Amino acid sequence: MHIPDGFLSMPVWATMDAVAAPSIAYLARRAQRQFDHNKVPLMGVMGAFIFAAQMINFPVGAGTSSHLVGGALLSFTLGPAAASIVMTAILAMQALIFQDGGLLALGTNVFNMAIAGVLAGWLPYVLLRGRRSGLFIGGFVSVLTSATLALSELWLSDVRMPPAGLAVSMGVFLLSAIAEGAITLAVMQALEGIEPGFVRRPREIGARGAVVTLAAVAGTLAAVGVLIASERPDWVEKLAGQNGLVLPVRTLLASPPAKYFAGLAALLAIYALCTGISRALGRPIIAPRTD
Amino acid sequence: MLHRRHAAAKILAALALLISMATLPPAYSFGWPAYAIILVTMAAIARLPALGLLGAAAAVLPFALCFAVMIALAGDPARGVWLIIRAYLSSVTALLLVATTPMPELIAGLEWLRTPRFLAQVMQFLYRYLIVLIAEASATRQAMMLRAGSAPALRFRQAAAAAGSLFARAYARAQAIHRAMVARGFDGHLPTSAKAHFQWADAGLLATAIVLSAGVRILLR
Amino acid sequence: MSKIVEVRNLHFSYEDGTAALRGIDFDLDHGARVALFGPNGSGKTTFAHHLNGILRGSGSIAIDGLPVTEKNLPEIRRRVGLVFQESDNQLFMPTVLEDVAFGPLASGLAAAEASEKACAALDRVGLLSKAGHAPWHLSAGEKKRAAIAGILATEPKLLVLDEPTTWLDPPTQRALANLLAGLPQAAILITHDAKFAADVAQHAAFFEEGRIVARGCVQEIAERFGW
Repeated sequence: MHIPDGFLSMPVWATMDAVAAPSIAYLARRAQRQFDHNKVPLMGVMGAFIFAAQMINFPVGAGTSSHLVGGALLSFTLGPAAASIVMTAILAMQALIFQDGGLLALGTNVFNMAIAGVLAGWLPYVLLRGRRSGLFIGGFVSVLTSATLALSELWLSDVRMPPAGLAVSMGVFLLSAIAEGAITLAVMQALEGIEPGFVRRPREIGARGAVVTLAAVAGTLAAVGVLIASERPDWVEKLAGQNGLVLPVRTLLASPPAKYFAGLAALLAIYALCTGISRALGRPIIAPRTD
Repeated sequence: MLHRRHAAAKILAALALLISMATLPPAYSFGWPAYAIILVTMAAIARLPALGLLGAAAAVLPFALCFAVMIALAGDPARGVWLIIRAYLSSVTALLLVATTPMPELIAGLEWLRTPRFLAQVMQFLYRYLIVLIAEASATRQAMMLRAGSAPALRFRQAAAAAGSLFARAYARAQAIHRAMVARGFDGHLPTSAKAHFQWADAGLLATAIVLSAGVRILLR
Repeated sequence: MSKIVEVRNLHFSYEDGTAALRGIDFDLDHGARVALFGPNGSGKTTFAHHLNGILRGSGSIAIDGLPVTEKNLPEIRRRVGLVFQESDNQLFMPTVLEDVAFGPLASGLAAAEASEKACAALDRVGLLSKAGHAPWHLSAGEKKRAAIAGILATEPKLLVLDEPTTWLDPPTQRALANLLAGLPQAAILITHDAKFAADVAQHAAFFEEGRIVARGCVQEIAERFGW
């Protein structure tokens, strides 16, 4: 998921760098206000923890194992702003020490994993008021969002996979996302066991927070919409044809805006499904703040 | 020799080269030897082992090959090849930067270049404790494997418990560090030690890098 | 002449209610060295953390004549150097020199002067050659010495060392004992190692369940309690 240098086209990496830089500056100020310099060692150590924890293998069946990515977990325990900063620090160090991800592409990777991924993971946690399902979905959506964004950016850079490759990739992403959800949930439960009341309780997000996150979600879904819809014009066509739709309608469906909407609709459906499943699941493991 | 140059100068020089490579259209990819020569020369000046450098950069190749094959199959093999070359040369550039600059200096250089202070400080602490935490994770992982059951579900829960305890220990460690800092007078502002000054040699390095990068790029228009 | 440490009737309980210190009276003369023995959980470390204001209990504590209050904390922390058990948590800067210079810089010295004091302290512990190294390049004994250098750099009047011989092999322990015995500062040593204590300290105090139950010379206390 870390995109190396040389893959993205200049408009893409330049735009992402231009977007990521001020966002991180803003998030750094926000995290600093919440945490002040006293907590810098904590955040550094948490970053090192994620790095190190990625060494621990979680068996996910069929002899394969996955590891924790950590964006969602960090957002649950440190709050989204601090989590973004810690993830940025991790990504920067990974790029520098291990060449995992490029330098020009750092803005892109930061946006995908430290900004969008963290936010996408944190939202379910807040909306579901700290319930177990919220933890799982948080981990799940965080990884899925980052991975899909990465594919979209490669797509926009004309680095495109054939439909079969795309299907395989999305399959792999889905599995990784499920693993992340499970791992995140398991680790949080282990933490509650060690020190009950330790984890950061989700507070209600204010109106401004809601707008920002909604905008981010919309943006993400649009990105995915581009990906899904552009790749499968024939899918839309086929659906239209099978339903015996009249020619003008088929033309309409084949038009660009329709494709985007088709993709968006698919994504929203998945999100809604997840939320629905969650409501049917468990009791809260972390009592929401009452103050 | 490159080792002693100001980190910010080296970062900017690396970026200049990377941007030059990134903006070159595929049609002019035959010009890649120019970049290779620049990089190898710099490695030689810095007295870095060339083979080691080139070998380490090869880590990016599998990923690049995958995508190159896909692009080639889509009908544009030239772009596929250029992808591989560009990814590899970019990796060498980044490695050159990292090999000639100790990480704390590199992070300080990023701060000099207006990276938010908070972020830079988090990175410093991350780096400082990375080795310690990796050692702990490694020990935990080993203990876990020695006691591993056969059922994947059980191992999964063990792994979660291991990660959870690692997290708790990391958190406790962070609190202990904070206590140690407070005991030595920390009041919320990390004291900055003497900052390195930008010297003529640094400006010279940066200028050379920019001239070379721009030069190659312009010549291959 | 005031003593370096004067503690009267110190009480302290943790947040969950457990009483950690139940009325500690303690004195230490300038330049004197004392060892604190006692079972784990008897309050030795808790007591030590009161001496530089990390923990605040009820009762009176005066360091070098200064009462431990919010206002005096920065000055008190300059005069009391606390060496924690885990050196890794104490050497938190990227290089040894930067870490040792942290104390002087935090107390307001200019970079050049702080650097000078840091070098002097490193020289005192014999680690000047490792000044530019990262902390993880040092052995356990070197880390302990670097931590001590970090404390010495602020020229404190009192050293407090919490289990300093943990992780150290016998030769390194002896070297550490020699180093400490040669320093002019008063020192409080929390340790389980009676021999180490005997080499460094003149007196000992025995902690039990938050109280000091005995005082005397190191050998006598060690024998009496089987330490």
